[in-house]
Amino acid sequence: MPGRELRVGLGVNGEQRNIEVSVEQTLLEVLRDQVGLTGTKECCAVGECGACTVMLDGRAVNSCLVLAVEADGAQVTTIEGLTARDGLSPLQDAFVRHGAVQCGFCTPGMVVAAHALLTTTLRPTMAEIREGLSGNLCRCGCYNQICDAVAEVAGLVAAPAR
Amino acid sequence: MFDYARPKSLNETFALLREMPDARLLSGGTDLLVNLRGGRAATPLVIDLKRVADLEAGITQREGWLRVGAGTVMTDLAADDHVRDRFPSLVGAALVVGSVQIRNRATLAGNVCNASPAADTAPPLLIHDAVVELAGSAGLRRVELSQFFLGPGRTALQPGELVAAIELPIPGGPLGTAFARMTRRRGVDLATVSLCCSVSATGVTRFAFGAVGPRPFGVTDDTGILADPAGDPALQDEALRRLTGHASPLSNVRASREYREAMLLVLGRRALEAARQRLREAHLAGT
Repeated sequence: MPGRELRVGLGVNGEQRNIEVSVEQTLLEVLRDQVGLTGTKECCAVGECGACTVMLDGRAVNSCLVLAVEADGAQVTTIEGLTARDGLSPLQDAFVRHGAVQCGFCTPGMVVAAHALLTTTLRPTMAEIREGLSGNLCRCGCYNQICDAVAEVAGLVAAPAR
Repeated sequence: MFDYARPKSLNETFALLREMPDARLLSGGTDLLVNLRGGRAATPLVIDLKRVADLEAGITQREGWLRVGAGTVMTDLAADDHVRDRFPSLVGAALVVGSVQIRNRATLAGNVCNASPAADTAPPLLIHDAVVELAGSAGLRRVELSQFFLGPGRTALQPGELVAAIELPIPGGPLGTAFARMTRRRGVDLATVSLCCSVSATGVTRFAFGAVGPRPFGVTDDTGILADPAGDPALQDEALRRLTGHASPLSNVRASREYREAMLLVLGRRALEAARQRLREAHLAGT
């Protein structure tokens, strides 16, 4: 049974939207089901896996732990908003080249978390990269590839030979 | 099913709480939403405190106290220069709460109000004699954190009250502190055992323990035995065991009672050593 409906104003990837949401709906549910942006994934739904990571007013959050009504008036950036119009962003491209995308389910959340890290920490160390991504689980176990991809974009390591 | 309210003032919040005593207060939501959606908590009304204008989110100092407003999230607490300088163990604890994503939402006040026996920030807050400022329609009152925790999920908050701020006295003299925590894996796990140790220049050693009893609690050694870096190790271990003996851990999914007791002693020794070292460094730095 849906809860009471409320109208919220949400900036999604730079586009202002007014959306009628149930007060019980999470930001994750609204982004996927109402806005139609399904890049953000639902996995654990309890804030442990990071698959639902989005940026809320510039900070990485688990969108499964934010009610859509709480985000009223906020700016949300999803994986779709980080994707270059003409292809992949440098971060996404590095993920692909490093083999950091296996089943791909954790990838959107990983990329958003990595993007958030790189916007707050300009030249992160490998330890800071690992810490910055420790809220994101990858059950395929590509952690080394993922960290290498982020390290390359951060300028820590050279790109692998193609 | 719950309704949602977003009051703009404390008075509006108190009115909602009077009308709906079973309402739940929402700050970061990293515990509350998990419990509500998992069916472990139910409420007719969620009151979102994030737009209450007279509930500050900042970190300020006045008259020898550090004041952390109820809306302050862990990320901002850990990034504050003054907190980093004077309360490094609190920073250490704030930085192991959940993950980056959790710390961007979770508040210090929420961690305290949730009253988990394993609350990461509780041991350093107890070591520093934190005081909780409670606001209600009758006004403000202050409760020592050690009196605020009553049991798992239970606090001294009366119906209609909320936490407005957490205050810590700024240490008057040199103090060495160390936070230690054991988890099954490094990220996003609750503490199996956590503790904080402080050693003062006057020879007082204090410990606060988490996840080894129904609530986080503190113990003190004022004999000077533990504070002495050149003390007899056998005597010191005996003194440490007297303190850790106050713990009453349970066996659960994270560890057995026996393991927790053993690890409390191990972490206690390490934290004591680290706290004494930091006190020496504080002396050398002349602060």
